Amino acid sequence: MRAPGGTDVAVGDVLLSVKNVSLSFGGVKAISDVSFDIRKGEIRAIIGPNGAGKTSMLNVINGFYHPQQGRVTFKNQTRSEMRPYEAAYGGIARTFQNVALFRGMTALDNIMAGRTLKMHSNLFWQMLRYGPAMREEVEHRRRVEEIIDFLKIQEIRRVPVGRLPYGLQKRVELGRALAMEPDLLLLDEPMAGMNMEEKEDMSRYVLDVNDHYGTTIALIEHDMGVVMDLSDRVVVLDHGIKIADGTPDEVKRNQSVIDAYLGVAH
Amino acid sequence: MAPNAAARADTFPKLLVRNAQVFGARPAMRHKDLGIWQTWTWAEVLDVVRAYAVGLHRLGLKRGETIAIVGANRPRLYWSVMAAQVLGAIPVPVYADAVADELAYVLAHADVRFAAVEDQEQVDKIQSVLERVPKLQLMVYDEKRGLRDYDHSRLHSMEDVIDEGRKALANDSSVRAWLDGEIAAGKGSDPSIILYTSGTTGASKGVVLTNERSIHAATDTVAFDKLTESDVALAYLPLAWVGDHYLNYAQGVVSGFCTACPESADTAMQDLREIGPTFYFAPPRTLELLLTRVMIRMEDAGFIKRKLFHYFIGVARRYGERILNGQPVPLIGRLLYAIGSLLVYGPLKNVLGFSRVRIAYTAGEAIGPDLFNFYRSIGLNLKQLYGQTEAFLYVTAQKDGEIYSDTVGPACPNVDIRIAENGEVQFKSPGMFTGYFKDDAKTAEVMTPDGYVKTGDAGFFDEKTGHLKIIDRAKDVGRLNDGTLFPPKYIENKLKFYPNIREAVALGDKRDFVAVMLNIDLTAVGSWAERNNVVYGSYQELAGHPLVHEMIETHVAEVNRSLAADRVMAGTQIKRFLVLHKELDADDGELTRTQKVRRGFIAERYGPLITALYDGSKEADISTEVTFEDGRKGAISARIKIRDMKTEPTTAAMGKAA
Repeated sequence: MRAPGGTDVAVGDVLLSVKNVSLSFGGVKAISDVSFDIRKGEIRAIIGPNGAGKTSMLNVINGFYHPQQGRVTFKNQTRSEMRPYEAAYGGIARTFQNVALFRGMTALDNIMAGRTLKMHSNLFWQMLRYGPAMREEVEHRRRVEEIIDFLKIQEIRRVPVGRLPYGLQKRVELGRALAMEPDLLLLDEPMAGMNMEEKEDMSRYVLDVNDHYGTTIALIEHDMGVVMDLSDRVVVLDHGIKIADGTPDEVKRNQSVIDAYLGVAH
Repeated sequence: MAPNAAARADTFPKLLVRNAQVFGARPAMRHKDLGIWQTWTWAEVLDVVRAYAVGLHRLGLKRGETIAIVGANRPRLYWSVMAAQVLGAIPVPVYADAVADELAYVLAHADVRFAAVEDQEQVDKIQSVLERVPKLQLMVYDEKRGLRDYDHSRLHSMEDVIDEGRKALANDSSVRAWLDGEIAAGKGSDPSIILYTSGTTGASKGVVLTNERSIHAATDTVAFDKLTESDVALAYLPLAWVGDHYLNYAQGVVSGFCTACPESADTAMQDLREIGPTFYFAPPRTLELLLTRVMIRMEDAGFIKRKLFHYFIGVARRYGERILNGQPVPLIGRLLYAIGSLLVYGPLKNVLGFSRVRIAYTAGEAIGPDLFNFYRSIGLNLKQLYGQTEAFLYVTAQKDGEIYSDTVGPACPNVDIRIAENGEVQFKSPGMFTGYFKDDAKTAEVMTPDGYVKTGDAGFFDEKTGHLKIIDRAKDVGRLNDGTLFPPKYIENKLKFYPNIREAVALGDKRDFVAVMLNIDLTAVGSWAERNNVVYGSYQELAGHPLVHEMIETHVAEVNRSLAADRVMAGTQIKRFLVLHKELDADDGELTRTQKVRRGFIAERYGPLITALYDGSKEADISTEVTFEDGRKGAISARIKIRDMKTEPTTAAMGKAA
């Protein structure tokens, strides 16, 4: 996979690191002094009870929020203020907790939208849909069709996503993120609101993306079964503080994690 | 020259070689991949199949061995069948959605050493039952995805196998000569395929079919329906089902028509539109689903469109059948139908993908006359056929212009049918099987000493049309006390074709006359009640309403009239009926999970009602235990009214009088 915005990182090396990050909104501390890293090629889970700061963390990673303290290093480049589009150019793609697709557009067009950053022909040719624009479009369409095939959504190619059931919308959103050919894929609760079968399907796709495209994945998830099965390493947040970091087995045995989830007697 | 060549070619590989010579540049197969239809000509298919066969041979597949084919309708799986046949090996297709247990049974029973499978899912499934299939040594797969990290010592990708074979063929002329020899060495009497029956009645059995018999049967029906190399079919039904192997594979190779494979199982409907097949098969269930979908969408359409649609569907119902059958139709009828074609039927057929369909078949179960006539009335040449795996599908098929919704047609060319003493249909056909694989006892059970095959279905020849009518499974057919044949399902199906009747249970075996217990359909009768100002508070109340009984009575009277029209069935007219106070439900054990009536259980449970039906009472009390959705149990009791029906004089009797 190409790394458009920076230097290549070997599999197993640190792809992204978060150092002493603190984020607050006015008086509310969302994240305090959290550090962890994501290695290339792994599936990294960020878990924690409601309000633990998980989504804030993702927003910090892709530059939507700018932490008051600490730094984020992606592909050996440290940026204090990264904008979301810079993150996107740099190879970070994400899906959202609430599906954020263009509801009136077809699944195909939505995924094509994910290729926008890779389009190079100028507006003139694109308006004419001729010459270099056409050649480019054909190439992008081929990539998109590969993703459609990969996610097995051929039958909904031409269906406006607003008419699709939730589970399929999530899959289209994953498709759009994949269309960016990201180095790092951020998934914000990819299984939320799904039934058992949809969850199993989605887990399969997450594993396949990781295996087939070699994409590094960071995901937030509530379903512990899913997290423990999928991820290589887990970081646990509670009230904005990192309380554990390690393999699923280590995290499962960690007393403070158990306390955070089950509560402690006071 | 083509028919002569076909007569000489007595195996599928020889036909394939002929097709590559005669129709070399014609499309043989299409498949939608990455959103684009890919096409292979007969010459290209022969090329791939030859390379594939060499590759498989190098991996050790030998003449007479079996190879399992597991997956959906994809070109490479059809080529696996062809490549195996080229080597004289016997392909054994297995249903792709078979659970691991069934799969293990078939693979073990068929003694397969090789398996050609579609993807990771099938590989995983087979690997999970590997210890039950000790003979299996090697798998080849079509779809690479997810299989990269698997142990490849016993696993190969089809692409690599084909490439290997292609290289060998290109580099070594002796390989080419050897392969030509292999194709020539194939004999017509060699088994060409083993199809496992779905096993609704006990363990599935492997039906062995031979090259020449299959080709004879396919040649007959290709001529019957005038199929040519310019026809197109969409292969969307399971590969392992006799229907697909016959209709698409055998007929395709014999006639040289093009078989298109859908992009995925879920896109079949869209692919149908894009391909526009000329030959089409669908079970009644699929046709019903399509019609329902159209009707629902029409209800959402604008006022003018909706009116237009219903008006012209009315026109089609009046004249469409007769126009299709070439019968006389008044000029105004033709005119209106032509306008309807332009405005409604044409666009509708286009949406359904039927624009180019020349011949369509349905089979598998009884089809409602309304449903059947609807498709025929809009100009789809839908016909019925009857057959089974043991016959290599066809036993009977309807001829163009001689179509009836309640028959399955006359015997196919060269097929010999007779009705046994007990009403069972028996046949002898060019395509019939040679036996069940490794099961002589079962083979002996279904073959008569003089070489006929017992179908297990009861039927009779309709006197007016000479067509066969299938009435029920032979073992379910009973007799009334006066000796009249009593096929419960036949009567029940006639009743169930009315949307208002959801379930029917016909009684009559060892009784004096036929009586039925009915369930109304809450949706259909509910909307009828709304339109007719019938007030009701519950299912039970609606089912007991006198007006509902009157409406049901008109349906039963119509069924009686249609039964009276058949001399054989006239004695089974319904004398008494009642409407049950509750819906028959699988949760209460009254239906099977596949919604089939469990007669024995119902007879026991509704004993008092059955007694009342036969002792002449006007009403009866019943109390039944029911299981609610949450598992609690309760009882429903009701007083149920029984209605007497007048029976029609039989037409046969009238005939005698006249």
